Amino acid sequence: MGTDERLLWKTRFFLALVIVSQPLGNLFLTMGMKHRVLGSPWDYLEAIFTPYVALGIVLLIVWLLSRMALLSWADLSYVLPLTAIGYIITAIIGSVVLKERISVARWSGTLLIVAGTALVGLTESRTSTEAESYAGEGS
Amino acid sequence: MTQWALVALIVAGTVAGDTLQSLEMKRHGEIHFRAGGLGRIVATLAMKKYLILAIVCMAISFFAFMTLVAQADLSFAVPATAASFVFDTVLARYLLRERVDAKRWLGAALVAGGVALLAL
Repeated sequence: MGTDERLLWKTRFFLALVIVSQPLGNLFLTMGMKHRVLGSPWDYLEAIFTPYVALGIVLLIVWLLSRMALLSWADLSYVLPLTAIGYIITAIIGSVVLKERISVARWSGTLLIVAGTALVGLTESRTSTEAESYAGEGS
Repeated sequence: MTQWALVALIVAGTVAGDTLQSLEMKRHGEIHFRAGGLGRIVATLAMKKYLILAIVCMAISFFAFMTLVAQADLSFAVPATAASFVFDTVLARYLLRERVDAKRWLGAALVAGGVALLAL
């Protein structure tokens, strides 16, 4: 496996981890936080140690670390667009799991956000002006 | 706090966090994974002040997000905070000096439009 191919698979693996861990983390966080009364910092601390919120936070830490790793070799303006898939996953989770009523305007807004980010999804992973030409997605 | 005020706080924290994080990680260079190296990576990264500042910004953003999902729908909270994408793009261009072409600007504009639709 060449260096370029290895980097491509490394990028794909971390991208998948970044895309999946955030919606799931947000789901558990929301399940744990829903209708919780937040008056003092103590209330936040108490919430953090409940099972759902804790699981949500662990998944969001996985998201943060995998994203940090990805950002060390790929640009922010490349990473951000591709994580757009997460918005669709989140909307489906909201509708199916959390039984939220999603209005036409909210679906349109969500899809517009996905369209906006998908538009820039197939560019090279290295775009810094000072960077040399570098192997990434689509090369 | 109103839901949109929380959204604004989340977005500000995220944008500052993203930009500082990207700035520092790029100065560090590509991370290579090998056995026993992870501890050293963590130790090196803990020394970086931009990264610590980024984490503070993200923590502020996170607690605001916790507050938001306690009172608002997740299917509102997540896309609404996508407004950070627009500001991230602007800062990626002018602060991180990444090349942002017309396609990327159009993408940011669509995201802005999408967030506006959520307000309806």
